[in-house]
Amino acid sequence: MTTGNQPVPRILTCGEDALVVEFGNAVDPDINDQVYALAEAVGSANNESVIELAPTYRSLLVQYDIEQSTAADMTTFLSDLIGTADATQNKNDNAPRRIYELPVAYGGKQGEDLQDVAEHAGISADEVVAIHSGTDYRVFMLGFAPGFPYLGGMDERIATPRLASPRVRVPAGSVGIAETQTGVYPMVSPGGWRLIGNTPVSLFDPNLEPPVPFLPGSFIRFVPVSAEQAAEFASKVADGSYVVQMTEQGS
Amino acid sequence: MAAIRAISPGPLSTVQDLGRPGYQRFGVSVSGAADRYALRLGNLLVGNDQRGAAIEVTIGGAEFEFTDAVTFAITGANLSPSLNGTPIPLWESLHAVAGDHLSLASPAGPDAGLRAYVNVSGGIDTPQMLGSRSTHVGAKLGGVDGRALALDDEVPIGPLTNPVPPGRRIPVDLIPRYGGEIVARVVPGPQDDKFDQDATDLFYGSTFTVSDKSDRMGCRLEGPQVPAIDDAHDIVSDGVVTGAIQVPGNGQPIILLADRQTTGGYAKIGVIASVDLALVAQASPGAQIHFEQITVDEAAVLARDRMATLRDIIFDTPDESSGERWQYDIRIDGADYQVDVDADALKGHSTAVVNGIEYDVQVVPGE
Repeated sequence: MTTGNQPVPRILTCGEDALVVEFGNAVDPDINDQVYALAEAVGSANNESVIELAPTYRSLLVQYDIEQSTAADMTTFLSDLIGTADATQNKNDNAPRRIYELPVAYGGKQGEDLQDVAEHAGISADEVVAIHSGTDYRVFMLGFAPGFPYLGGMDERIATPRLASPRVRVPAGSVGIAETQTGVYPMVSPGGWRLIGNTPVSLFDPNLEPPVPFLPGSFIRFVPVSAEQAAEFASKVADGSYVVQMTEQGS
Repeated sequence: MAAIRAISPGPLSTVQDLGRPGYQRFGVSVSGAADRYALRLGNLLVGNDQRGAAIEVTIGGAEFEFTDAVTFAITGANLSPSLNGTPIPLWESLHAVAGDHLSLASPAGPDAGLRAYVNVSGGIDTPQMLGSRSTHVGAKLGGVDGRALALDDEVPIGPLTNPVPPGRRIPVDLIPRYGGEIVARVVPGPQDDKFDQDATDLFYGSTFTVSDKSDRMGCRLEGPQVPAIDDAHDIVSDGVVTGAIQVPGNGQPIILLADRQTTGGYAKIGVIASVDLALVAQASPGAQIHFEQITVDEAAVLARDRMATLRDIIFDTPDESSGERWQYDIRIDGADYQVDVDADALKGHSTAVVNGIEYDVQVVPGE
């Protein structure tokens, strides 16, 4: 239930045991920053009634234990924190960005649509790789499937429509393009994205805590590697010795 | 280790507990039993924590073998359960010995429900993943290798820590009635403001039919089209909860169930009260659903009352029987037997004394 024409963020009812704090209605880095600032503030508050946080593009869903709290109490709790989170957000403007590096073997058998993307863009395959790996992509959220990152910020020059007929089986680690989006398939699944390469890094491992190599709200950089290097990394990923490189950079 | 062997796994039998909350930010569905109330009651019947894991059997066609003696209970849908071919009651703790075969058939009727739970003392003991044994087939997580049970799977049973007697029964007033015309109470939001008064009146004033395209991810409905203002059904994806009612561009509501994704891009007109969600999860294709608006506080009271009821549950047991006994003198093949039966035996499990020796008996009501 909406609570009238209140200014953003709005706190919305989502059933008997959840609230949604909505910071806006767009895919926007500033809005997304506010979402993660509040998620962090809620996490730090150690409120025992909070049982789930689901940050997305533009809102934070907070699920709580109704035996420990009420919608009214949680609304107060979140309203109080929103002020604090705004302050955190201002600090974050000067805080470094976390950039996680994902090695990608572009082209070849596991990136067999690279040439089609190049032709669609009217440039060479090497230029597609240079453009795709030349941007740091914001992880707006993880969703759809375990570890699936919704990335923002792809250069529109390499935007390509989905396949008219989706593949029945896309290998795990496939890096793809769909319209102006780019992403990585965490596990084998059907899919219609144009595949331009493959990363040996596992995007989801339920035996790890957390089960993903990078948290939403951070950034991904695709780093071109040879097929041989990718195979070497893959064996390190398999024996658990691979560490995803993370760099911090002033934003 | 004691186990349940799948002689015939049925179309969709999976290990489920109360799911894996806390990982939605990583894109991991909560999953868990579609009918949590039936799972909780089943666990209580066999002496487990309410959160224990059971086998969720969807629309039957399944047969299992117990490798060891075990106390078990069938809850949820009436899939005409039988043990070694003899019909057994639902909502009651029962005893099986090694080698016993448990069969679950197709739903006993349109109002029988869809999903039955095979609960065992000690619980199903497949490995925990991210804090839960629940199977999510799409994500290949939990249960037996992240998939539905297959022929000859041996599903391990956990150590028995709290033995309970057979014959414990769920009091009749706590047994859910599936089917009929389902009234699902709804808390409006978070995107109820995408629907004008006419659309809202249409939603709450109409009866919807459950589509055969429903599954563990969602209960799809067919009925009058519920239009969003300016046809703006699509939203920038945000978080969802189990029980949320999405209204996509075709105006046909989808109620999100246990295996739902973590985010959704359709406007959500409301969220079903958790106490009514089990009825939705058990609704067969063709069932009728009507929505009734309530406040968040009313829904919370219902949920808290339900939890208190489960916490304070008192089972019907043979020990609390009327005490009336029936005595018979029977002659079989020339031998005389004195039989003394508990009059409450007709309600299911009981004891009979034959020539001074006490036996557990299962009385199957006849004509």
